[in-house]
Amino acid sequence: MPDSHDILFRTLADPTRRAIFERLCREGEQTVGALTARAGVSQPAVSKHLGVLKQAGLVRDRHEGRQTHYSAQIGALAPLIDWTSQMAGFWENRFDKLEDLLKRMDQ
Amino acid sequence: MTDTSTETRTVVVEREIPHPPEKIWRALTQPHLIEEWLMKTDFAPALGHRFNLRGDWGGVDCEVLAVEPHKTLSYTWNYAHDDPAYALKSVVTFTLTPTPGGTHLRMEQQGFRPDQRQAYGGASGGWRQHFDKLEQVLARIE
Repeated sequence: MPDSHDILFRTLADPTRRAIFERLCREGEQTVGALTARAGVSQPAVSKHLGVLKQAGLVRDRHEGRQTHYSAQIGALAPLIDWTSQMAGFWENRFDKLEDLLKRMDQ
Repeated sequence: MTDTSTETRTVVVEREIPHPPEKIWRALTQPHLIEEWLMKTDFAPALGHRFNLRGDWGGVDCEVLAVEPHKTLSYTWNYAHDDPAYALKSVVTFTLTPTPGGTHLRMEQQGFRPDQRQAYGGASGGWRQHFDKLEQVLARIE
């Protein structure tokens, strides 16, 4: 588990790479060319980012003729949800304690 | 260019509480009461006041950023660690809104980076202790 966390965090820590992933999440499957047009970096750089994303299981590629289409694998993000829900769980528990305290306090 | 609003993530917990804002405010701002539901602290409701919240696992460093009695309380919630992946710089904001039945209490914690290794400053063992303690407290009350 810690390994998959490390890989996901490291992969998404790069802002350019994260922007590519986010665009695939929002807009669906796209070619390297289409992604490059708006990434602000060169096509080889985009391809490299896509390779890292693919290794982390965050994107899948599909070959069609000379084009490669990439799509986001949102399910791969599941391990990341752990800590936000963990922190929310912390506060939920603290609020339970707060409510118990309020019951005991004078008006 | 990095946009801090997209660089960090936020945790929001909201709850309807059947008590008036004034009473909840006391629980949020008086150290002996804060200790009963959150952690040991030397908090004071003064702008710029630096304080700690202490647990068995260590603690977080805080500074008061906003105080609007019975309405808003905001402070930093920072955890120092040599490894930046474990360090946390966040801001906790409590917002109290009166409702017919009491208060709508909202807690927003902002500042988790996408590469954050831990939600909370402490070790995961600290979490287990928190929950164990909580269960003990709850068992005593019932």
